[in-house]
Parts: sequence; C-alpha cells; structure tokens
Amino acid sequence: MIKLFKIRGGVHPQDRKQLSANQAIENLPLPPLLHIPLQQHIGAPAEPLVRRGETVLKGALLARSQGAISAPVHAPTSGRIMGIGGFPAHHPSGLSVRTITLQPDGNDAWVDHLDPVADPFTLQPDDIARRVAEAGIVGMGGATFPAAVKLNLRNRYALHTLVINGAECEPYLTCDDRLMREQPDEVLDGVLILARGLGVERILFAIENNKPEAFAAMNSAAHAYSQVEVVGLPTRYPMGSEKHLVQTLTGRETPARGLTADIGIVVQNVATALAVHEALRHARPLISRVMTVSGGAIRQPRNIHVPLGTPLSSLIDFCGGFKQKPARLISGGPMMGQPVPSIRVPVVKGSNGLLALTEEEVRLRSEMPCIRCASCVHACPCGLLPLDMAAQIRVGSLDASVNLGLLDCIACGSCAYACPSHIPLVHYFNYAKGELAARQRAQHKQNETKRLIIIRKARMEALKQAKHEMMMKRKRELATAKQRNTETPSTEVGA
Amino acid sequence: MIYAIFVIAALGAVMGTLLGIAAKYLAVAGNPLAGEIEALLPGSQCGQCGYPGCAPAAAAMAKGEAPVTLCPPGGRGLVAALAEKLGVNVDLCDVEEKQPLVAFVHEHLCVGCTKCFKRCPTDAILGGPKQIHAIFPDACTGCEKCFEVCPTECIEMRPMQATLQTWYWPEPARAA
Repeated sequence: MIKLFKIRGGVHPQDRKQLSANQAIENLPLPPLLHIPLQQHIGAPAEPLVRRGETVLKGALLARSQGAISAPVHAPTSGRIMGIGGFPAHHPSGLSVRTITLQPDGNDAWVDHLDPVADPFTLQPDDIARRVAEAGIVGMGGATFPAAVKLNLRNRYALHTLVINGAECEPYLTCDDRLMREQPDEVLDGVLILARGLGVERILFAIENNKPEAFAAMNSAAHAYSQVEVVGLPTRYPMGSEKHLVQTLTGRETPARGLTADIGIVVQNVATALAVHEALRHARPLISRVMTVSGGAIRQPRNIHVPLGTPLSSLIDFCGGFKQKPARLISGGPMMGQPVPSIRVPVVKGSNGLLALTEEEVRLRSEMPCIRCASCVHACPCGLLPLDMAAQIRVGSLDASVNLGLLDCIACGSCAYACPSHIPLVHYFNYAKGELAARQRAQHKQNETKRLIIIRKARMEALKQAKHEMMMKRKRELATAKQRNTETPSTEVGA
Repeated sequence: MIYAIFVIAALGAVMGTLLGIAAKYLAVAGNPLAGEIEALLPGSQCGQCGYPGCAPAAAAMAKGEAPVTLCPPGGRGLVAALAEKLGVNVDLCDVEEKQPLVAFVHEHLCVGCTKCFKRCPTDAILGGPKQIHAIFPDACTGCEKCFEVCPTECIEMRPMQATLQTWYWPEPARAA
C-alpha cells in the first residue's frame, strides 16, 4: 500500500451514486437515426470521407482525422448515410456543427476487414499509438483529448508511471464504477496495453473509496501483475482532477500550466483503457460508450451502453422518461457538467453522463453580495483566491485576475459549491478565460492582417515597377525602331 | 544673499546650456509615441475613425487630439491597450464592443467585376474578371471598402459566426 499525500481544498458533495450504482450496464436499442458530429474531440474537426446515400458497415471510417491533434470518426452501426450537414452540437452554446446523419439498417453488420492483434504486447509503442489514433480514441473522462497524442508524449518526456483515473469523483456518475465491476479484466488489459504504448513500468490504478466493489474487482484482476497497484483514494471532490490525483498519489505537484508528463506521469481514464482494449484486441474503433443517465427527475436511472450519435431523447425514453419536469439537464457531472441545449443533441465520445436534476437538486438561488468569508479560498484545490479573481473580472480587470492565477483554475466548481452567497464564481472564470482567448485571437488576427497588408503593398510596388519597366522597354524599342527606319534609307543611299 | 543669487544664477546658466546642447544633439524627429500607437492599431487603413489611415490616427492620438476610443475594429481590447499606453483613464464598460463584421459575397449577384478584389487591403477576396468572388473570413478585417464599391450590392457585412472553438460563456449578469 503506497503512502498517500493530502491535497488542499476540495469539497464533499453528497455523491448520490446510489441512484444508479447498482444498475448493471444495459445495451440501448438502436435509435432510428444517429447524428455523428465530426468534432467530438479537442483539436481539428474530422474530414468526411463518405457521401450522402452511401451505405456503410459498422466500424467503417466515416471521417478521417485532420492535423496533428484530431481524431477520426467511425460508423456506430451499419446503415445508410442520410446526409452531412449542420446539426446542434453537444455543447452549451447549441451551435451547429458538421454532422453525419446515419440511418441504421438494423443488421448491425461489422466491416469484414478487421485485423485484431493476437498479442498487443509484441507491438512497438509506435504501432500501439497508431492503432489508438486510427480507432479514434479520445480521453473519455470528458476532456476528449486524443489518446494517441497523449501516448506520443513518451517521445518528449521521460515517463515512468501510468495513472489510471478511476476516481469518478463527480456525484451521480457511476459509468466508470460499473465498467470496473463488470469488465475488470478487459479494463486491466487496456491499461497494460497503454503502459506498453507509453513504455512505463509502473501503473497506479486509483479508485475512490466510495466504490468498494470496483476496488475489489480491480484488485483481484490485477493480482497477477506485480507492476499494477490498485490504490484506494479518500472520497473528496475533485480527486479525479488529473493534477490533484497525481499529487495525492505521488506528493508531487504538476507545474503551473504544465502537464503531468512534466513530472513523468501520464493519466488515462478507465473508459479510455477499455476502448484501447477493444481497439487492439478486437480492432474495434471507438463507436460506443457507457453513460450514466441519472438525476431526481429521471424515472429509472440507468447505466447504458450507447452508440455514439444517439439523440439524448432516446436515452431518456429508455430510462422511462421524466418523473417530473427537470429544472436542468446537464451533460456530465453536476459539478463540472455543462447544460444541454436540447435533448435532440447526440451522444459524443466525451459524454459520461446525462443528468436531469430537479429544483431541489439544482439549489438555484439568486446571487448575493460577497461577504468575504473565504469559504471559496478554503475550498479551492489549486490554492487560488476565487473571491478576488471574480471581483477583478466583475470590474473588467481581466489581467489582474490572471495575475491572481485565473489560468491555473481548473473550473472544478468547488468554490461556487462552497459559496454561501451563491455567486456563480466558475461562470465568471469561464467567461474571463474565453474573453482572454478571444483577445488573443484578435491580436493574432491583427498581426496577420499587418503581414497581409505588407505583402500586398510589396506586390503592388512590384507590379508598378514591372509596368514602368515594360513601358520604358517599349519606349526604347520604339526609339530604336524609329532610329533604324531613319538609318536604313541613308545606308541604301550610301550603297 | 548676494551669494545665493550668484549660485542660483550660475546653476541656471549651466543647466540652460546643458539643456540647449541636449536639445540639439538628442533631438528626436517626430513623436515616437505615434509610432508605438500605430503598432497597436489594426493597420488595415480602413478609415472608420475619420482619419485617412492608421498612421494619421495614431499621430492625432499621440497629440491628444483624438480619443483612445476612436478605432471601431479594435474593440475593447485595443481601448484598454491604448489607455494604458497613453496613461489615460477610460471606463471600459462604456465602450461599445462592436460585433466584428466580415464581408460575404452573395454568389447569385456577383458579376465578377473585380472592383472589390482590387480594393481589399488584406487580399481577403479571391476572384478574377468574370469570375464569382469569394471572401476568406479569416483574412477580412471588416473595413467595408469592398462593401462600398460593389456595383451590384452583392456584398453583405455579416457578424463573425462563433464556432465551438471560439464560443465562450457570456459575462454573468451582475447581481443587483
């Protein structure tokens, strides 16, 4: 048993996991239409390879990845492509993104050219990373960062430990818990493949102590592997934050705005490990995921295995609909999750939960003045001063809030949870981060504009110069021609 | 008394001479502030401020003849940067954040006259004679030069569409 270290701050929300924790994972029947967005990950959107009217088989490549940080998209089932166009995104803005609409044919027939690896441990790390990239696997804890890019960190950093994040510290969510209970061997196999892909020897499998069944299942599965250590973590939010998880396990703090790779550690999620197992052992791309549908307004909370692209409304119907009108629909957990613009939006690679919360659960109260009680300071796991940051943002001094550490904020929501005045602190921080990024983009555009103007000026000058030279040349030619004309007769005369 | 007068007079004479020499040898042609301000401005020479280009606008601002809020395409960020540079106080809340506009060509109206194409200061318009023109929104500064010259009025100034990458939460409503 390794020694654990204390992290600062954090909160203890009621975990409400009992609503769905004992529901075994069920397969969702295929919905009539799947809407598969081309952007389900951080980075560049995928480029579609199929056309309207085409029929595709399950697991076929629909869109290829574009650029260094991107991920391909595959067909979640066999069927016909109904179109490629804008569809509301699984995003609080409700903006439309390019989406492939697929009508399942009901056969659910796999593509026939799958080539699974008999023994992934004979593969080179580069091959593992390539296969993970080709399978379109992204971080499935919600961050959706392409997993292969994370595996390739081994080229730039000296890595020594892989941490598997089974903390699932968000209340309500139980999908990782169920995966660990029901498929411990598959999850562990994925973990070992990831470790092979990273070239690390040591694996720490971290599970919060509020999931004893998952801990027991993983512990017995990992018994045969001396390099894997399953660690029970104290239950506290935000234990599942990458940086805080690493600090709890190793006592080492990730540098500000750095990566955990800076201290030799890579963190991957349980569901990502399972996706890697599927991709390497069965050559199945990432086309489905397990989601928790829960909340006080859901009739029957469940853990569901869902094809990507399924409209959220199908999940709600599968769970028996609403008991009462939900006060808020949230994608993800209640602490960091984002409101869902409509139940038409599809399930994406990063969706780990859908919560329909009632009025009492949301506890929406009107904002009151800050009384400087410093509850948020005690709750902040990053050691920041949320009250001062928010005050600076409120008066428009974004730079002052950056000096107070705005960019180190992980938006975990602990401060807003602890605030007795119900100040939407995280909302202020998200706004400020977005505004700063927008200013940076504007600055970048301005620099590019200047560059374009200079290039254009130079081109115009060159054109003018060329025209002028052409004119001079003409003139010279005319002059010489005239001269010759006047000269020729005289020579004739002379002869 | 006499002594004090003598000292002060001598000091004044010496310092005056020094200043005179310095003024001659360390003289700076023009106002360097104007150049620094110009570097901050967008540089698209759009003329929306009322000056013929960014350089004259910067010169006017450096002389204190123009307010720091004169540049509509620069937005609130530019006003803050200029206010800091010039050491003036501006209430940023009063600065209207103009939605950045970019030009859009309605293809069914474009006749391919290349008038807009020739005027675009940032080469944001793609096209040729008798060919339908198109605009790269990323390079367009919204200076409206093309908008003014189009003979068929096929150019529309549209607000820049937010994407998933650029969208962010709006400012939370202030508590009463």
